[in-house]
Formats: sequence, C-alpha cells, structure tokens
Amino acid sequence: MTLELFSQYLLAGITYGIIYAIVGIGFNIIYNTTGIINFAQGEFVMLGGMISISLYQWLPLPLAIGAAVILVMLIGALVEILFIRWLDRPSVLRMIIITIGISILIREAALHVWGEGVRSLPYFVGNEITTVPVLGARVSPQVLWVIGVCTVMVLGLSLFFKYTLQGKKMQACASNRVAATLCGISTKNMVTLSFMLSAGIGALAGCVMSPITYTQYDVGTGLAIKGFTVAILGGLGSSMAAVAAGLLLGIIESFSVSVVPLAFQDAISISLLLAILFLRPHGLFGNKDAADLKEF
Amino acid sequence: MLLDIKNLYRRFGGLQAVSDVSFSVRPGMIKAVIGPNGAGKTTLFNLITGTLPPSSGVIHFKGQPIHGLAPYRIARQGVARTYQNIKLYPGMTALENVMVGRHCRSRAGFLSGMLSLLWTRKEEKAIREKCLELLGLLDIADLAEVEATSLAFGQQRAVELARALAMEPELLLLDEPAAGLNIYETAEVARLITKINAQGITVLLVEHDMSLVMDISHEIVVLSFGEKIAEGTPSEIQHNKEVIRIYLGEDDAED
Amino acid sequence: MKRHLPLILLILAVIVVQLLTRWTDTAFYLTPLTMTGYYSLVIVGLCLLMGYAGQISLGHAGFFAIGGYLSAMLTTKDLMPLKETLLLGLCDKLGLLVQGQDMLGVASLQMQPWAACGFAILATIIVAYAIGIPVLKLKGHYLAMATLGFGIIVYRLALAFPLFGEADGISGVPGFPLLPGLAVSGDFNSRVSNYYLAWGMVALVMWLLVNLIHSRVGRALRAIHGAEGATNAMGVDTARYKLNTFVISAVLASIAGIFLTHYNGGIGPSEAGIMKSVRYVAIVAIGGMANLWGALVMGAVLNIMSLRGMFGSYDDAVFGGILIVIMLFAPQGLLGISLSATFKRIFRRGE
Repeated sequence: MTLELFSQYLLAGITYGIIYAIVGIGFNIIYNTTGIINFAQGEFVMLGGMISISLYQWLPLPLAIGAAVILVMLIGALVEILFIRWLDRPSVLRMIIITIGISILIREAALHVWGEGVRSLPYFVGNEITTVPVLGARVSPQVLWVIGVCTVMVLGLSLFFKYTLQGKKMQACASNRVAATLCGISTKNMVTLSFMLSAGIGALAGCVMSPITYTQYDVGTGLAIKGFTVAILGGLGSSMAAVAAGLLLGIIESFSVSVVPLAFQDAISISLLLAILFLRPHGLFGNKDAADLKEF
Repeated sequence: MLLDIKNLYRRFGGLQAVSDVSFSVRPGMIKAVIGPNGAGKTTLFNLITGTLPPSSGVIHFKGQPIHGLAPYRIARQGVARTYQNIKLYPGMTALENVMVGRHCRSRAGFLSGMLSLLWTRKEEKAIREKCLELLGLLDIADLAEVEATSLAFGQQRAVELARALAMEPELLLLDEPAAGLNIYETAEVARLITKINAQGITVLLVEHDMSLVMDISHEIVVLSFGEKIAEGTPSEIQHNKEVIRIYLGEDDAED
Repeated sequence: MKRHLPLILLILAVIVVQLLTRWTDTAFYLTPLTMTGYYSLVIVGLCLLMGYAGQISLGHAGFFAIGGYLSAMLTTKDLMPLKETLLLGLCDKLGLLVQGQDMLGVASLQMQPWAACGFAILATIIVAYAIGIPVLKLKGHYLAMATLGFGIIVYRLALAFPLFGEADGISGVPGFPLLPGLAVSGDFNSRVSNYYLAWGMVALVMWLLVNLIHSRVGRALRAIHGAEGATNAMGVDTARYKLNTFVISAVLASIAGIFLTHYNGGIGPSEAGIMKSVRYVAIVAIGGMANLWGALVMGAVLNIMSLRGMFGSYDDAVFGGILIVIMLFAPQGLLGISLSATFKRIFRRGE
C-alpha cells in the first residue's frame, strides 16, 4: 500500500469515525441522565441533514445549518416531553420498544416529506472536485470541515460538562439521580436538556457530513448501530472514550474496504459489535466491576 | 459433615467481603451465622449457593466440591435457599411459585411438555398436590391461587419458604427469615424452623434477631468484616468476650 | 381441557372464514389469509421467547430469511457449479438432487424441496445455537442491539451474494409437494388446500405451545422472566432453557420462511429487513407479550390489513405508531387491558 493510499484510507476512516463518535456521544449523554438507550439517535443526524438541505433553498448556508440544528433540538425536546417524560420508571424493554417506535415514525415522516431520493448540502468550500493535499493524499476540504466541526463539538462538550453549571448538573444526575434531586436539581429538565443536546450534536454532524456522505431518509439505523458500537466499545456512559472508539471503528471500516467487498462493510462493523458484546461488554476501556453494577 | 467450608475468600474490587472463613455444618443441626451489618453474611450465602464464585477457598457438600458450580447444579444436589429481600415470581400465583421449587424433583422437558404426554400430566398433578400440601403445612393453603407478589409480607416469606421446601433439600439456607416480622410472627417462624429441622432438614440461617438465634440454633458462627471471629454453642457465644465487644459495642455505637 | 377451548374456536373460525369466502365469492382473500397464517408462526414463536422467557429479539426476520432464502436457493438456483463439493456429492448419492433444464434447455441441478427444507431448518438450528449461546448472556439494551445486529448481518448477506439474488431476491421458486395431492404453492387451484395447510400448522403449533406454557418448562420460563437468579437457584438451568426457547422460536420463524417462500414462489431482501423484525415485536407487544392467543389474534388482524394494503404507503408508520401508543398507554397489550378487566369484573360478580 502506497503512502498516498494509506493516508486516503486513514482520513476517510477518521472522517467517518468522528461522526460515529458524535452519535456514540449522543447515546452516552442520554444514557447517563436516563439509563435509556435511545434507538432514535441516528434519526437526529438524518433530520439535521434533511432539514438543512430544505432550508438552504431560502437561507444562506450557515443560517440554514443553524436553524436546522435548533429545529432538531426542539424535535429532541418534543420527543422527550411527549414520549419519555411522564413515564414512571418504565422497564428497559418498554423503553427499547418506544424509542424504536420513535425512530420508525421519524423515518417514515422523513420518507413522506422528502421522498426516497438522495440529497445533499453543497460543499461548504469549493465543489466536489476541489481537493487539498493532506499527508500526501488529496482530500476534499469538506473532510477537514467534518473533522474540524466534530472536534470542536467534542471539545465544547467536555468544557460544557466540566465548567458550566448546567453541565455539572447533568453530571450530577448521571452519577446519582436521587441525590441530584435532593440537591434541588430538576432531573426532568436535565433529561430534556440531554435529549436536546444529543439531538443538536447529531444534527450538526448530519449537516457537515451531508455533502460527502449524502442524506437519505433511512441513513439513521445504520448510524445508530455504528454509534452504539462505538458507545459500547468505549464503555457505555464514557463520552471521551467514545471518541477513541469511534476513530478506531472508522479506521477499521475504511481499511477493511481494501480487503473485502464494500457490500460486507456493514457486516464487518456489526460483527465487531457482536464480538465486543460477547467478549468485553464493559468496553475496551471500561471497568468490569463497575459495569456489573449498572442496570441495562 | 454435610457442608464443609475451608479458607473461603471473596473480594469485590478493594473490599474483602469474606476473608478466610472456615466452618462446617453437621447433618441434622440448626446453625446460625450472625454478625453486624456488612459482615459478609449474605455474601457467604451467595458463595455457598453459587450465585457468586469465591475468589479462593473450597466448599464441600456431602463430600463433593461445589464451589464454582452454577447455582442450579448446587440446588440439584440438595441446597435450597430463601432471600433476605424476598424474590418471588411476579405474575404467578403462590401455588405456581411453589411449583417452580419442584423443578429439580421432576423431569418433563420441552418435547414432552409440548406433546402433553400422559406421564407428564400425571407428574404435573403430583407436583400440584405436593405443593398444595406444603402450603397447607405453612397454613397458607387458602392463598394458593392469589398472585404471590400481592400477598402480605409475612405471607410472602411463607411462600418463599414453601418454595424452598418443595425442593426437598438436605440443606436449607434461610437469609434473615424473621426480618420485618413482629414478635408473634417471629415466634411462629422459630417454631416452623424447628419443625422443619425435626423432619431431618439441616438448616443454616443468617439472622439479626438474637433471641431467635439463641433459642433455636445448635451452633453459631460469628462474622465481622468478613472474618470469622467465633464459633460455638449459643451459651459459648453469649459469653465470648470478643463477640460481646464487637457485637454489643457496635450496637451501642449504632444507637 | 379448558385451555384448549380457544384452539377449538380457532379451528372453527378458520373453517367459517373459508366457507364465508366461498359463499360471498371472495376467494381472493384466501391468499393474504394464507400468508398471514405463516407470519403467525413467526409471531407466536417470538411471543414464547419475549413474553414467557422474557428475551427480546430484534432479529427474527433473520431466521425467517435463513429458512426462506436457503430453501429458495437450493430448489431454484443451478447447483451444477457446486456439484463437485463434498456436501453436494453426498446429497447426489442420497438421491436428494434433481436434474432439470433451465429456460434455454441447459441442464441444471436442484435439490428436492424436502431435502432443501431439511437443510434450511438444520442451518437455522445451527445458527440459532451459535448466536443464542453468546447473545442470551446479554440483557436489556445489549440483547436488543445484538439481535438487531444479527438481523442486519443476515439482511446484508442476502443483499451481497449473487447466489441469493442480491437486491432482486430469488423468484421462480417451485412448489413444495408435501404429500401426494398437497403442495405448498401459489397455484390458483390449490388456494383452499394451502389455506387449510397454513392454518392447520398454526393450530398445531398453538396446541404445542399452549401445552408447553402450561407445563413444568413453561412455568420455569415464566419464573426466569420474573427473577432469573432465583430461578437458577431452584435448580433450573436457566441458560439452557432460554437457549432452547430461542432455538424453538427461530425454527418456527424459519419454517414460516420456507413455506411462505414456496407459497409465494419467491423471496426478497425486504423479508430479512429490520422493519420486519420490528413488526413482529410490535405485534407481540400489541397482543400483550405473555399472551399467545393475543399475539395470534392481533397478528392476524394487522397482517391481513397490511397485506390487503389498507395502510397504503403508511404501512411501516402504522406499526411504529401502534408500537409507541401501546407501550405508552397499555404495556399489557391491547387485549390485556380489556380482557383482564372484564375477567376481573366477571369474577367479582361471581363472588
């Protein structure tokens, strides 16, 4: 393998990997505050892409993206208020089925609004043939946009959780919900906030990736599975480990294309998911004793 | 020896929940394990029944090693248990709960169950009769068709005990059988345990209620912070300085 | 015998429906009814797994597809290029292969439907054990995702292999002659016999499963659902019981796949899709989880409506919507609320 090809695969892997990481972090944010795995996580990414594409007809690109992110955050809040908020300690099975139902409804709504066609935002800079040299490979500047925006999001989130009051409140809910309530934190509002946050980051990722990966009404499920793989690989609940796991999965996937046909690419990442679930369900970086105490 | 425990250890991360515990239980006796909260009593039960694997050490039942075996294998050898926080099956009647206890004393499998063969129907009838009899023995026969988890606390305890007895165990492990009961109910439990023991079932119990323990048990093991600090007859334990210091001292501190 | 009353009602209903279609000259209903019968096999099997053993599976369409695709491939695709392989050589010796001709008159080689059916079921059992042993150690979200992952892998493989027809699936699957005069096929003249065959299988399976849940094993399964640890401590090999239940429900899905594929004369990748798996779960949930008859009734109603195209392009959305509404407002299932309340009222009056 030449250095150029190697760099090409590596950058493609990082691009996809960081998107998986964002979806994985979205899973973690909601899981931490609620103990729920939100199967509709991938749908937020799809909605971000789709809505921004539609808004772009009337608005300049940055405004279209901003408005799309805000809209998807509102949808996230709406989902939580309509379907999650008023349930009193629902069973895990019930929550799995409800969030699957939500993902189906969002997907079907998207199908009826936008049709089956493949859509995309324009390239933020240049067009599909513009390239910039990176590490000896020639890549689209959009790749740099994806990596840049996602990195900023990851850094922003970690600052948010560390230094802002809201972020600390969310962390408090994550570590002990009862204690947080006793300290006067409205855990219900924190749950809404966590849905908005993970919807927002998903939507933004959906916007920046749209020019290169395209957006279709049914891309959510695949992303959700990959994002979940990443969340598990990093150890459920640990957001920064999800980033490492995401990059790992993206790179593995990207290099696997050089060995097996593209049609098997999904099968490979899912087999990886199954292997992790069977062998190290507490994640590559997680702690087994701690994981045993969690409720799934 | 019916049950023989040697140098048993169990760690949870940095916590030594059970540390170098050895004792044995002779057939036919009632033996009690006492100790302050967090002494490792329930962990000990979980180790004996296979719910947790020991970090090291050996457990022999009827001369056979049982440490590290799955709970169902240990149960099949004749070890039954009840739980401190009652674990009955929701959505099933009291009778059905007890009938699950007959599982290891019956043999209908998937295929014969599906085909509803003559012998499986006979077996099912025998299970039902035996379990009704047990409910009668515990004076709760009239509750047979009531959903078990909707029963009063004391009745749930009785159902759980019936379920354990349905296994026809040789060794019965009772985890705080009198917890949450008033003195009359506790006296009733004491009478029941003695009665069960009189039928030849060896009993190992964990209990906080000292009067119950002193009344009915033949021997007592005292645990503190996972270690065995004393073993002997009730009167020996009552006069053991170490036990008095740890036990009563702790009690005073708690009060 | 009280527990077999619904079974008698089922058989009567099946006969009455057939007679109705005859008198009202609406025999075209028999096709969706037959298909519904086969889907019902998947649903009651999944109901046993989810409702009684308490294990969710979001990959049952995968088992349906393994059955359907394998029997379709073996009985339809030309196996000539594989003739030299050990397995097919053995099959040839046993007389399991038939020589045929394709449209151009070139000699081709296929497997007998019975043998193909046997292979498909055997493959299902092997896959179900291989997947079930590790997967059933998982709980909750992990179990859901792992089974979902399995379903997606099957779907992707069906799409990836030319042998399975990629996006087009396999068509032109021949009928499956079960007995002289009785073949599983979409042949116009055998509509009635196929209808009775499908629903006869449903009745047989219901009899078996109802017996099972009322047996020692069924009781142990419900106990596992309630408190797995305490059930293990009663001497129940919980892992084996969950695994056996998983395999039984997988085999039922596979049999449904095999028969429906021969009936329809083909199978496409959508049968392996996630939406199918979700739909099966939805129907079991609507029926009330631990309620075989509820799952059967709701499954029949919804499948017929869906197959008759009553939901139009909102087919999947309808199932998604139903799923949410049921889980939000009636986690005991649609029949669960009304029936149990009614029973309680009757009981109180009786006292």
